[in-house]
Amino acid sequence: MKVLMFGWEFPPHILGGLGTASYGLTKGMSQQEDMEISFCIPKPWGDEDQSFLKIIGMNRVPIAWRDVQWDYVQSKIGEQMNPQDYYDFREHLYADFNYMHLDELGCINFSGRYPDNLHEEINNYSIVAGVVARQQTFDIIHSHDWLTYPAGIHAKQISGKPLVIHVHATDFDRSRGQVNPVVYAIEKKGMDFADHIMCVSELTRRTVIEKYHQDPNKVSTVHNAVSPLPQEVLDIVPQKNEKEKIVTFLGRITMQKGPEYFVEAAALVLKRTKKIRFVMAGNGDMMNKMIKLVAQRGIADRFHFPGFMKGKEVYEVLKTSDVYVMPSVSEPFGISPLEAMQVSIPTIISKQSGCAEILDNCIKIDYWDIDALADAIYAICKYVPLNEFLEVEGKKEVDQIVWEKVGVKVRAIYERVLNNRQ
Amino acid sequence: MKTICLYFEIHQLVHLKRYRFFDIGTDHYYYDDYANEATINHIANCSYVPALSTLIGMAKEGNGTFKVALSVSGVALEQLESYAPKVIDLLQELNETGCCEFLAEPYANSLSSLTHEKSFRIDVKRHSTKIKQLFGKKPTVLRNTGLLYSDDIGGIVASMGYKGMLTEGAKHILGWKSPHYLYHCNQNAKLKLLLRDYKLSDDISLRFSNSSWSEFPLFADKYISWIANYPQEEEVFNIFMELSAFGYYQPLSSNILEFLKALPLCAKNAGIGFSTPSTLCSTLKSVGPMHVTYPISWTDEERDVSAWMSNLLQKEAIKKLYSIADRVCLCEDRKIKQDWDYLQGSMNFRFMSTKHSGIELDRGIYESPYDAFTNYMNILGDFIVRVNAQFPEDIDDEELNALMITINNQGEEINQLQAKVERYEAQMKQEVTAVEEKHKPKSTKKKS
Repeated sequence: MKVLMFGWEFPPHILGGLGTASYGLTKGMSQQEDMEISFCIPKPWGDEDQSFLKIIGMNRVPIAWRDVQWDYVQSKIGEQMNPQDYYDFREHLYADFNYMHLDELGCINFSGRYPDNLHEEINNYSIVAGVVARQQTFDIIHSHDWLTYPAGIHAKQISGKPLVIHVHATDFDRSRGQVNPVVYAIEKKGMDFADHIMCVSELTRRTVIEKYHQDPNKVSTVHNAVSPLPQEVLDIVPQKNEKEKIVTFLGRITMQKGPEYFVEAAALVLKRTKKIRFVMAGNGDMMNKMIKLVAQRGIADRFHFPGFMKGKEVYEVLKTSDVYVMPSVSEPFGISPLEAMQVSIPTIISKQSGCAEILDNCIKIDYWDIDALADAIYAICKYVPLNEFLEVEGKKEVDQIVWEKVGVKVRAIYERVLNNRQ
Repeated sequence: MKTICLYFEIHQLVHLKRYRFFDIGTDHYYYDDYANEATINHIANCSYVPALSTLIGMAKEGNGTFKVALSVSGVALEQLESYAPKVIDLLQELNETGCCEFLAEPYANSLSSLTHEKSFRIDVKRHSTKIKQLFGKKPTVLRNTGLLYSDDIGGIVASMGYKGMLTEGAKHILGWKSPHYLYHCNQNAKLKLLLRDYKLSDDISLRFSNSSWSEFPLFADKYISWIANYPQEEEVFNIFMELSAFGYYQPLSSNILEFLKALPLCAKNAGIGFSTPSTLCSTLKSVGPMHVTYPISWTDEERDVSAWMSNLLQKEAIKKLYSIADRVCLCEDRKIKQDWDYLQGSMNFRFMSTKHSGIELDRGIYESPYDAFTNYMNILGDFIVRVNAQFPEDIDDEELNALMITINNQGEEINQLQAKVERYEAQMKQEVTAVEEKHKPKSTKKKS
């Protein structure tokens, strides 16, 4: 089976959870022998792992004719792409895009990030997708998140192949209800055109059905999983202070993640014991507000803001922690608690997170219930057996949640969609 | 002659309230009064009252041929006394018919038989005193919490003078043997064992109203015919369950009480009688000893202690609780004693179970085993501080025990000495008056 996937990020250059999930999913699916995946991203860096799929850089696909020599193409894009592919794509131009800003190869430039002119970039991506869809042969189209829905629709209209979209988040999650109408329109259109919609949690599935008015029959839940940890992460030896416990919040400090509840719970805990430190790692628009709140509660001596963490640093912080907390107000899935459990850290998550649907060996609370959150933090720090139980059982549980199983599930959905069409 | 031994348990746990760690040290009341009252009233109305009324009717009709055994935990008695006294009245009415035997059990429905022998003995003693008070007769047969039994427990119970005990006819213990005989404890032949027939018991308590069960609907004649069809030599049929099976687990609309009412007549027609545990223990001969190295119970498919003490959380909570058992035994504070009863309740630990048993466990206010553990440990934390405040903490239990004995002895000694002093004083007074009387005539003489 051949799949044409549209994504926005792919490791190692990632900005959020979307890249990690795309990687895990494609890797898990590639375990099936007859699975061939072409994965389009706006801007590849050349160091992506292409052993199990084929990466198509949208910024290397021509949309207007340029008469260029092999050597020139080779020198320009040889590191990221076989020049032959360039010529193959050039055979499938479908309109005159010379009015656009193109480079000497007839390609559009992408930032590959989330720039201010994001809507323009989404549109460009969809234009390029027209060429890709004409050139590639595939059985099904799979679009990840709203940025690539227009490309998916375009590809479907050209090829007549079924479109499956993968909802990693909706705008309702990102904005706590204050939806951006332009984004909503793109999302809604994507869902309306899709033959099937996969959501990362039951929570998201319900949003899709209720807020985007989709037929429940074509919306299914495919929970995310985690990739096994690389050796260099396993080798990190945490430096633990025996006398003090560390409780960590890790993520963007934004409204969606519920940082204020973490601070309030910390204040409650610190009223009783002084032997616990709180860490809020990350960055975001609510950071200054949080620093103020911490000062207001008078707990600044026990509350730390180390700033944005990436790569290995994340695991260093996690491993020195005794408790990991994710009090998200609305979280489509939330992969980080699973990562914490992978390194045997007891985890507290809000019931409003998608991952709460598949995890048993962690403590679940309502994000607004700061009493319950404080109580859970205190209990894990204070009651050693609870701590040990969650460490061991949590790791055991999360090690069972692998992408390979998710891949099988996605495959089953593909089969169903294809059968329905015949 | 074949005989049926019916036994029903009455117990309800005391619900703990939501207790956060910041309540530790400030709030010493741990119970959810509303939940306690509501639950006990609900169960009394839908199950205990109708079931007991039926039993009373059966006892009166049977003219002494119908027999039944009941056990009511001390904690349940307390709750019934305060919230549903009509159940106590019914129990007494049933008792007056003379057809009902009350069994002894640990007062608090605790697991102390597994963890703390001294507490267990005290617990059982208190319960039997309470039963004597209410029903006028001291129990001679004991049923442990969850029908827990092992060789060691048997030894303890026998040494307390009980002549019989109820336990589970667990398959992994019995093997090819049948539960339809009387057995005895391998530690002490005087302690007889009655083994529950789980198939016949569960037919009523678990499956009666289940319409997808192959034997549905179950009628009394069919049920009695199963018993009658066993070989002649198999004589004892122990049917043990919670009383709440009638009306609570199996709805009254399933006509389960009609089924119960019809049992004696059908049994009579088949030549089957009814007996109480104590009569069985004194009239029948044991066919052999039971060997139970590891404790068994009537709970879960495993029929062991795993419902209460299998995971790390449960073990820790039980260990922490019984680590202060010695001190609680020494202390005199009534409030502490009462809290001790309620905290020992076995359900508290069952809520922490992480076993997947197929049947969803109703955890009450708790959403997960972790929640149950956290809440319980917070309460226990406060309780331990209170118990320790009774005695200086740096003295260990043995030393404390010795000191307490000395203090007690000293008290007695002081009493003895005081008595002595009083005696001497009285003696002296007598002597003084005697001397005075001797001198009196002289002085009068002198004066004259």
